[in-house]
Amino acid sequence: MSDNYSYRRRTLKKNLPRFFQYLILIFAALFIIVPIVMIIFGALKTRGEFITHPYTIPIPPNWENFAKVLSMPIFWSMLRNSLLVMLAATAGVVIISSMAAFVFSRMKFRGQSIVLNFLTLGLMFPITIAILPVYLVVRQIGLTNNLLGVVLVQMAFQLSICIIILRTSFESVPYELQEAAYIDGCSTFGFFWRILLPLSRPALAAIASLTMVTSWNDLLVPLVLIDKNSLWTLPLGTMQFQGEYGVNLALVAAFVTLSAVPAVIFYLLAERQLVSGLTAGALKG
Amino acid sequence: MKTTSVSEDVVALSRKAGSARRLQDKLTIVLFLLPAIVLFSIFLVYPIFQSVYYSLFSWKGFGPAVDFIGLDNFKHILTDRIFLKSVGNGLLIVVLSLTIQLPLSLVLALMVRRNLRGRAFFRMIFFIPYVLSEVITGIIWLILYNPDPAYGFINALLTRIPGFEPQAWLGDTRTVMLALFVVVTWKYFGFHMLLYLAGLQSIPPEIEEAALIDGVNERQMITYITIPLIRSTIRTSVYLSVLGSLQVFALVWIMTKGGPVNASEVMSTYMYRFTFERFEFGYGSAVAIVMLLISLIFSLVYQRLVRQKIT
Repeated sequence: MSDNYSYRRRTLKKNLPRFFQYLILIFAALFIIVPIVMIIFGALKTRGEFITHPYTIPIPPNWENFAKVLSMPIFWSMLRNSLLVMLAATAGVVIISSMAAFVFSRMKFRGQSIVLNFLTLGLMFPITIAILPVYLVVRQIGLTNNLLGVVLVQMAFQLSICIIILRTSFESVPYELQEAAYIDGCSTFGFFWRILLPLSRPALAAIASLTMVTSWNDLLVPLVLIDKNSLWTLPLGTMQFQGEYGVNLALVAAFVTLSAVPAVIFYLLAERQLVSGLTAGALKG
Repeated sequence: MKTTSVSEDVVALSRKAGSARRLQDKLTIVLFLLPAIVLFSIFLVYPIFQSVYYSLFSWKGFGPAVDFIGLDNFKHILTDRIFLKSVGNGLLIVVLSLTIQLPLSLVLALMVRRNLRGRAFFRMIFFIPYVLSEVITGIIWLILYNPDPAYGFINALLTRIPGFEPQAWLGDTRTVMLALFVVVTWKYFGFHMLLYLAGLQSIPPEIEEAALIDGVNERQMITYITIPLIRSTIRTSVYLSVLGSLQVFALVWIMTKGGPVNASEVMSTYMYRFTFERFEFGYGSAVAIVMLLISLIFSLVYQRLVRQKIT
């Protein structure tokens, strides 16, 4: 009896905190999910339904808002611009930062630490703070209203963190491998291209996904550099759309939902790479 | 004889190869660093120096800057009530983040780390908002906060409580900062939780097991063993949280534009308004320099403190 009682007490003592933990976790999960679900529900309703009962499950769903957004040419041009900028910036960052990280991790030269410190200055000058100085220079060069301007600025401000992440990862490739490759007649570039880069694929994937998300979600750079609406990226265009159609909440909700789809798909596909990029960047930076 | 000459040949050959490699290396160093240095100088370093120059002028952004006014812009900034308000709002977000958001992230990380059923699911959910852009986040919450309970979920929920009047959360100077902070937490606590999880993962399990064997209870273990072991992660997360709080732009710009009557103004919206809406480029440059100095001083002081604590 008493054994059983104390056993029950022990399991209770063990399970009670667990119960509270689940309670807190579920509460936090609801805090995250409800806003997202609400916006999707909102998008599936007509304007009238949205006013009469905004929070019920939309049955039957009304796909009209989604159809309307998808039939707007501007939505597709925004999507294309965002994709273009993201791919170009990511390719640029991966190439340029891996070249720089190679030098810092594998070669010795005078003034190395000065150059490295210079190239990691970016960690101290975030784009939000430097946006006006950058705008003035881009205007002087004549790259406003040009997606290339957006790409170059995004690249410059992403370089520091990526060089740091890659340098650490390159350093973990054993030196014996480098010596063996050189003895076998491999050139410096050959070692970099055929041995180091393939071995560092996880780190490259991490910085690529980090850059992709940063570029994809960036509002400030396109906002400041782009006027022409044919060059709007998704965040910039979504903001303008909200300003223009703000009264039609169901349509805005559909627009926002659709513009979130690519990011969510990307997250589900590349969660691991993204997470490792973020933690590596934060903990090393 | 023959053998020595062969070995001499080998030495000569390898020396030749070595000097060829050295030349190759020098070339590689220059060519591989050049793109990064050029990009960096044009789009990061040069702009900042140029803005230091412009900050000494009253300049509307067109033609050469001729109206030299010395440090007047800075004098004006540091005595402008709205700028001081925006610094205060930034600090408010910093304080709220450090006292509410980060502890919450830590608690959730400690929970999600264990062998809890569904922990991968929770981890995935908590991180979703980080992937959504600030624009999307801002619009979602703009709709949720709508003062009309026929649109705004939050008011609809709260008006179920008898006697509760719907509030204009973002339109009231008393509630706007708190309302924005809720959104900041929604978007970013998952990121900090992730950092803590990475820190927790690096703790060798033997340490905690040994403590448990020694009869330490769970609460003692967390306060005396687990948290001290991830101190450096906590410092990083504090650092990033402060820097991030000083940089909020898109969320505020989308949801309130700094209003009502500057109640939610932050430094970045203040600068944006003066430069891109009023075209006070000289003044805006000075604001940018002040912001840079604030974040630079914070970075240097914080890193100094952190380094001292480690050694």
